[in-house]
Amino acid sequence: MDALRRPVTATFLVLLVAAAVMPMVLGQAKFPQWLEVALGGLLTGVLYSLVALGLVLIFKASGVFNFAQGAMVLFAALTLVRLMEKMPLALAIVLTLAIMIGLAWLIERLVLRPLVNQEGIVLFMATLGVAYFLDGFGQAVWGSDIYTLHVGMPKEPKIILEKVFEGGVLVDMEDFTAAIIAATLVAALMLFFQKTATGRALRAVADDHQAAQSVGIPLNRIWVIVWSVAGLVALVAGIVWGSKLGVQFSISQVALKALPVVILGGFTSIPGAIVGGLVIGLGEKLSEVYLGPAFGGGIEGWFGYVLALMFLLVRPEGLFGEKIIDRV
Amino acid sequence: MIYRETGQFKTTYASDQQLFPILQDRVFVVGALAFAFVAVPFLASDYLFRAILTPFLILSLAALGLNILVGYCGQVSLGTGGFMAVGAYAAYNLAVRVPDLNLLVIFVLAGLCAAVVGVIFGIPSLRIKGFYLAVATLAAQFFLDWAFARIKWLTNDSSSGSVSAPPLDIFGYTVHGPAQKYLLVLAIVSVAALLARNLARGAIGRAWMATRDMDVAAEVIGIRPLTAKLSAFAVSSFFVGMSGALWAFVYLGSWEPLAFDVNRSFQLLFMVIIGGLGSILGSFLGAAFIVILPLALNQLPTMLGIPLSTAMISDIEFMVFGTLIVFFLIVEPRGLARLWAIAKEKLRLWPFPH
Repeated sequence: MDALRRPVTATFLVLLVAAAVMPMVLGQAKFPQWLEVALGGLLTGVLYSLVALGLVLIFKASGVFNFAQGAMVLFAALTLVRLMEKMPLALAIVLTLAIMIGLAWLIERLVLRPLVNQEGIVLFMATLGVAYFLDGFGQAVWGSDIYTLHVGMPKEPKIILEKVFEGGVLVDMEDFTAAIIAATLVAALMLFFQKTATGRALRAVADDHQAAQSVGIPLNRIWVIVWSVAGLVALVAGIVWGSKLGVQFSISQVALKALPVVILGGFTSIPGAIVGGLVIGLGEKLSEVYLGPAFGGGIEGWFGYVLALMFLLVRPEGLFGEKIIDRV
Repeated sequence: MIYRETGQFKTTYASDQQLFPILQDRVFVVGALAFAFVAVPFLASDYLFRAILTPFLILSLAALGLNILVGYCGQVSLGTGGFMAVGAYAAYNLAVRVPDLNLLVIFVLAGLCAAVVGVIFGIPSLRIKGFYLAVATLAAQFFLDWAFARIKWLTNDSSSGSVSAPPLDIFGYTVHGPAQKYLLVLAIVSVAALLARNLARGAIGRAWMATRDMDVAAEVIGIRPLTAKLSAFAVSSFFVGMSGALWAFVYLGSWEPLAFDVNRSFQLLFMVIIGGLGSILGSFLGAAFIVILPLALNQLPTMLGIPLSTAMISDIEFMVFGTLIVFFLIVEPRGLARLWAIAKEKLRLWPFPH
């Protein structure tokens, strides 16, 4: 954890923790309630990380900042929920995954390959186009109603630590399950990146396109693989968010919540996506509950952005990002 | 044959540096303006004014502002909708709180308010660039959305931020009716376009373009990134804020913050990409394209006899926009304006291309 040794990062995290416990110091809140809010924030943060993870994966391997990740989440969730009407869950998931891989292949073929060697910002705008297309296409094919997704996630909240505090602490079991799923996914991805030949090839491409190509790594195939993995992550995020909020257009907006997460954590770092998600989730919930009333409420919408922005001004590459060096 | 600059000698510095160095261009621009000011008010129907011409002109102004930032200075912004909202609500506050203020003064002051806000949110651009900046400007968008929905003072204590514009009084004369509104907007937009073209070819415009092409190199040859970037933010937000005020006062009449949400920002970015990055003409072409396309898409299925639900049409609209963005980025990254330029090049040599 080199990042933690940097004074800026360490100071930032210390300040953040200080700000987080502030309500208790000021006597605004008692510990059990605070813990409840904080836990809720951390669990939501894990869900943000899930979307952020897809962004980071694609950025690492192809240098594309994929604005379409949110649209992919929506598309995956819509596909799954409509397929489930006709077939059992397992089959529907496999089929959705196949569709997401097909989509990855199409995106590589039709969008990325013609734009190879273009500037990052051009590719970013291209993914904006892809996002619009997917939003329209998904709803045109699968319908634009609100669908409920039942994959057997527990809905009942649970009260824990009843013996320690009076009244205990309320935990949303749905979020908790989602957090476990997310953690499993991250562990699996880490293993995939570290231990398999394909994973090594992906890391090589991330480090240097040309060098990777010169030792015989096929760039095009790597891109398809990476977009497929991002499709898988989108599917998992779609299942989690879909069963939480219902499958509807607004879950594609969740990606907008994931953007501050990645800029805070650094575009190139998987741990960054996790830590960033936790920080943003925690900050959002705590600020909404304890600062919100002073501002008239609803500050959740921009708090994450402002938090990330303030950190960016000090360290433009994010918490765990690699230092950007400009050469003329 | 007609479009040819042979024999047009530039014998003075003034004639070399004029806005449109080629006679045919001057004639064309003056002709187009005369047509828009004199002929169109008599020819167009109320529907045309209300549904196409007025929104087209106002959005052109916003696209022009965004184009200065993205196309000329290379700073991608996704907060345009927010800056439009600043213009709209600033104009509203001025109109309500300062009675008897001239409408034109209100519009200019609204633009200046937006410019100040734009500069504040442009400050991060000195440290970060590319998509980091795009995300930072999204912060502006969400913050401003929230501010106009929740801070009561900004909306004069109206619920959920929905407000109505006062009647449009200019020099004791009330503008009403679609044709008059069109003329008001046309006059403002023409002046703004002229201003933008002058700025873009002057020292400040060249500083923007140098910053866009390579900021480190621009700094080495003596361009201050601070002034270049922040002036681009200021000028861009000024135009965007003015268009926001016009959009609210002239086109919408009564509005709420939702009229300037993040989708407006994307729409404007699309106009700039499709029209042509770094081109004044492109802003107009892109705005025309994006205003007319949904209307055409709405009409087309009925004309072809294919009944489609409205939800389906809006989905198809999304798909068409997405496809067009990717298409333009791949095939013609400099947009419709580049196609126009190519056509002019061809015309210069026609009918003897060798």
